[in-house]
Amino acid sequence: MAEAVLAVYRGDRESGKPVEYKVPLAPGMVVLDALHYIQGHLSPDLAVRWNCKAGRCGSCSAEVNGRPRLTCKTRMDSLPLESPITISPLRAFPVIKDLVTDVSWNYQVNKKIPAFTPRPGVQWKMFQKDVDRPQEFRKCIECFLCQNVCHVLRDHGKHAQYGGPRFFVRVAGLEMHPLDGVSRAKLLKEQLGLGFCNITKCCTEVCPESIHITDNAIIPLKERIVDKYYDPLFWIVRKITKTGGS
Amino acid sequence: MTEKFETHEHDVLIIGAGGAGLRAAVEALNQGASVGVVCKSLLGKAHTVMAEGGIAAAMGNVDAADDWKTHFRDTMRGGKLLNNWRMAQLHAQEAPNAVRELEQWGALFDRTDSGEIMQRAFGGHTFKRLCHVGDRTGLEIIRTLQDRGVQLGIDVYMECTVTRLLLDGGRIAGAFAYWREQGRFVVFKAKSIVIATGGVGKAWKVTSNSWEYTGDGMALAYEAGAELMDLEFVQFHPTGMVWPPGVQGILVTEAVRGEGGILRNKLGERFMEKYDPKKLELSTRDVVARSIYTEVREGRGTEHGGAYLDISHKPAEYVKRKLPGMYHQFKELADVDITKGPMEVGPTFHYTIGGIRVEAETGAATVPGLFAAGEAAAGMHGANRLGGNSLSDLLVFGRRAGLAAAAHAKKTSAPAIDSKQVEDAEREMLAPFEHRGGPNPYEIHRELQDTLQSLVGIFRNEEDLKRALAEIQRLKERAANVSVEGSRLFNPGWHLARDLKSMLTIAEAVTRCALERKESRGAHSRIDFPEYDPVWAKKNNIIIRDGAGMALRQRPVPEMPEELKQVLAEDK
Repeated sequence: MAEAVLAVYRGDRESGKPVEYKVPLAPGMVVLDALHYIQGHLSPDLAVRWNCKAGRCGSCSAEVNGRPRLTCKTRMDSLPLESPITISPLRAFPVIKDLVTDVSWNYQVNKKIPAFTPRPGVQWKMFQKDVDRPQEFRKCIECFLCQNVCHVLRDHGKHAQYGGPRFFVRVAGLEMHPLDGVSRAKLLKEQLGLGFCNITKCCTEVCPESIHITDNAIIPLKERIVDKYYDPLFWIVRKITKTGGS
Repeated sequence: MTEKFETHEHDVLIIGAGGAGLRAAVEALNQGASVGVVCKSLLGKAHTVMAEGGIAAAMGNVDAADDWKTHFRDTMRGGKLLNNWRMAQLHAQEAPNAVRELEQWGALFDRTDSGEIMQRAFGGHTFKRLCHVGDRTGLEIIRTLQDRGVQLGIDVYMECTVTRLLLDGGRIAGAFAYWREQGRFVVFKAKSIVIATGGVGKAWKVTSNSWEYTGDGMALAYEAGAELMDLEFVQFHPTGMVWPPGVQGILVTEAVRGEGGILRNKLGERFMEKYDPKKLELSTRDVVARSIYTEVREGRGTEHGGAYLDISHKPAEYVKRKLPGMYHQFKELADVDITKGPMEVGPTFHYTIGGIRVEAETGAATVPGLFAAGEAAAGMHGANRLGGNSLSDLLVFGRRAGLAAAAHAKKTSAPAIDSKQVEDAEREMLAPFEHRGGPNPYEIHRELQDTLQSLVGIFRNEEDLKRALAEIQRLKERAANVSVEGSRLFNPGWHLARDLKSMLTIAEAVTRCALERKESRGAHSRIDFPEYDPVWAKKNNIIIRDGAGMALRQRPVPEMPEELKQVLAEDK
């Protein structure tokens, strides 16, 4: 039977290294199947996060040959088998063990975002053309691959001042909800650091749900901030009302 | 004694963070209770996220003639009248409001031309009734509830697993759990506990269920003395993927048939004409699963042992818009373009219909302070669940359980934690590290999956079930000596060692109930008793712990009031 060799990162917060495992191949096999084979037959304490194994929950993110992927959707027959396939944990978050990283920071960021707030007296009627845009953002399965490849987090470690593409997508979904009544522009500018994003589109490239993160979420949000804070007309109006009030 | 462990205290502790658990949490928070949610995975990854086709609610947005009575009738008929009638009634009456609530919390369902929530056809439902978002309805629901919970300040203990319920006398006092990350133990003190842990699908080999689905909540309740009910009824979804082997069992949503998909055998025959000429592909799941299985067994299956499911007669753009998940799933995992050709599908374990016996109004189990909702609870779906009725079940009964759990906590004094129970729970968790040279938990899990798959499947008989019971007994003995490698740090082998205990307990309960019910009804088909039996029509199987052993008895199915009997008799 044909075999593949996987070089899987084994280790914890302190130290670790790739360890090679030989895995028999089967038709249609995905990388997560190979990891399960290792758990079931070779190393029962290999730590891997996964849930649905159907590309719907976003748990099994890892870097396969250096590329951020959902391991449940990465076919073994799409990878070159001449050399070992490297499987490493996401790089933007601290390792807990093996392929499992500490993603709790994302849940902290999420708490900063004001929830959907319907406009007062709103009619609960919406048309498909009005929900098409926010529905795209609500496809997000929170795999955090976009967070993992964003330079601001991955290379510059600005976790404290920045929200990352996942949360720009979430905010876009709320801001573009046809019945929502609050503005999150201040939050985007001051707490989620949208200005750090220099639209390199790395996030869009890795999104397993094919959400147009940069074009449809980030750029329109950047425009909203410009309108609110940097539009000269608005600036004068703000200045006047502020003066008038003091 | 408990000072030794990290301890948290809540009025209401909810185990499980899927639709039922989160809806219960939101409601208990609304009542002013202090609420903790414990979940095995990260928040937002629970099984609800995999629900695809939609949520059933008689809103009448597409078919104006729909009403709760029709939904009630469909549910009872689909469940072969074994349902708890009161649950089916509450569910049908409250589901539309449960959907509206989601919309008010930010959910964005697909829309009709007049701006209402869109509804689609599904098996066993008289009218177009399933509110949906393409084929990712579950994701929309879990995200909406998650956001609502976060907004209300919910405390979530993620990647934390409850291994035992703690009792004070006969009532709930709390739970013993462990953090996956470091393997540390933790004690929760709580006046009320809501179990919302889903089913036991991972005990079968071909399943649409995730690793979390190991029957934990049912087994915890059983260990604490609660009654389980109707466990012989497990739902095999008619359409899972069958090829390639790595994806076997992954769900193919019923929405494919709801949108007009046709089933054919390898001879090209539309075989549902033979099994249910009236409803065809939109017959109930038990019937469609048996039909596909029979076609395959009689030699008319596809190359890889399934049936063809074809939606390619619909315009490609329509298929991609209404079934985007299916389009990508087949394209990426099976190299099949479903807009051009048929899918190969076959039955896959999907849903545990039985579970913890609860009161209809409150979700109260038979242990004071213990509640259950969603798939972990029994009664709502009778002998067979209709597609789409599970998401509405989660919301309707999650809300009711949260309400009742908060009310119970309000009128109850603080329970005491018994240090002996805590020590026992700790000892049990540490034992696999002390056994040396014992069996590997993965090996036992594979054997259990093979056993249940071949002996406790769609069609059953006495001989197979007796063999299964003997095999489960043998596996239980081996599991008692299971040993694990490595440290307590995020160790899946260690985790599985504990999950095995739950799976084996519930597998035994399923098998015992299946052996006892000597008739065929809904999802339970006995080759040796192929007909309905009017005596069994009036009985629910009950499982309860009896010392170290498992006792089986029956309770009469609750009698329906006259006015509902009339609703049921109306022919629409």
